[in-house]
Amino acid sequence: MAGAPPGPTSWQTATVVAITDETARAKTFRIAAEHPVRHQPGQHFVVRLTAPDGYTASRSYSVASAPDDSGEVELTVERLEGGEVSTFLHDVVEVGDELEVRGPIGGWFVWDGASPALLVGGGSGVVPLMAMLRYARRTGRSDRVRLVLSVRSAADVYYADELPGPECNVIYTREAPAGSTRAPGHLEAADLAAVLADATFGVDAATYVCGSARFADAASSVLVDAGVPVARIRVERFGPTG
Amino acid sequence: MAKKLTRGFLGRGRAERDPRLPPGQYDAGTQWPVLSAEVTPKLATDAWTFTVDGLVEQPTTWSWDEIHALPESQYAGDIHCVTTWSKLGMVFTGVSVDTLLAAARPLPTATHVLARSHTGYTTNLPLDDVILGKAWVAWEADGVALSADHGGPARLLVPHLYFWKSAKWVSGLQLLDHDEPGFWEQNGYHDRGDPWLEQRYQGD
Repeated sequence: MAGAPPGPTSWQTATVVAITDETARAKTFRIAAEHPVRHQPGQHFVVRLTAPDGYTASRSYSVASAPDDSGEVELTVERLEGGEVSTFLHDVVEVGDELEVRGPIGGWFVWDGASPALLVGGGSGVVPLMAMLRYARRTGRSDRVRLVLSVRSAADVYYADELPGPECNVIYTREAPAGSTRAPGHLEAADLAAVLADATFGVDAATYVCGSARFADAASSVLVDAGVPVARIRVERFGPTG
Repeated sequence: MAKKLTRGFLGRGRAERDPRLPPGQYDAGTQWPVLSAEVTPKLATDAWTFTVDGLVEQPTTWSWDEIHALPESQYAGDIHCVTTWSKLGMVFTGVSVDTLLAAARPLPTATHVLARSHTGYTTNLPLDDVILGKAWVAWEADGVALSADHGGPARLLVPHLYFWKSAKWVSGLQLLDHDEPGFWEQNGYHDRGDPWLEQRYQGD
């Protein structure tokens, strides 16, 4: 009799089944793990690359897809110049390749779908929030989430075809699309006023902030200044790891 | 499972790989990433305190001025984050945890500590990992006051373990006669976290 399948923290093989361009600098890798474990929106996987001499490099990538029964997950990877793992994934990996992964991992920056959630993302920080938004939509509970996403310009929006909806508000820091009424600029109190005025999100919601350390600090300051209790804010800072 | 070769991956820079880097780590160079999971708190030093309590003879609390009046101690060396970056050749200044424990006098039954932060963050450590010159409460890094995003005004520093053990905004140590998983440890991370053994997640 075979041993128990590996748990989420054991290394296992996953096959790349699809690769999609999100932006000029971001790709989504859909992978099928040998022993898939259903993830929670917000969790991540570690990807490990191994060279012939045994040298390894590992990085963590958030799951962008909603949990489902497909046995597959989507990891969106931003290409960081000089980043050893992200450049390899972008430049070398093809559909059919096998990668070593462990996951899903994480028990803090996760949303169970049962209560309202305010999602505040900056740039690539949208990835784990997208898993939450997709899960809410798939389960018919998009009333439970609101996403405020800060990006430099329209060219930097991941999942651009799928994002638009009454739950989503995209703000632009450098260049706003034609017809925008908001001048380009960083996230500020006015961008959150409407959603925080809604009792569901202003009082009850867990708040998930994800982006660079600089974005996370700026966004959480805006939230705290607007009266959101610190204890309600969960933060995921994406480090400059390649 | 044995490591499996990745098609086309050769890695790079291994010829000059620094022996100070534990397995699976890379040199972050001049960068010092910030990865805390909470809102960065604004802590005023005049309201800051540090407490050692639990299984001790003399529970003790120090103010900012009182802890600075203790003998200063430095750590010069490397730090290692579980997210795979390491930062080499840093210098931290603060006070040795040995000095703090000498004042509070741990009871013989104490085997572990739970470090607490002003934010509510916790992390657990065996007592043996914070004594005999292995741990500090640090308020200065590379010659400048520790900034709030790196845990200032003061953080725990346990550099021989992954850096989530070095609790930012540390507020005290509680001595226990058992191991009590902290914030990340309850969320799947390893109870000890030795970077040389790659103890990243529970089960490693």
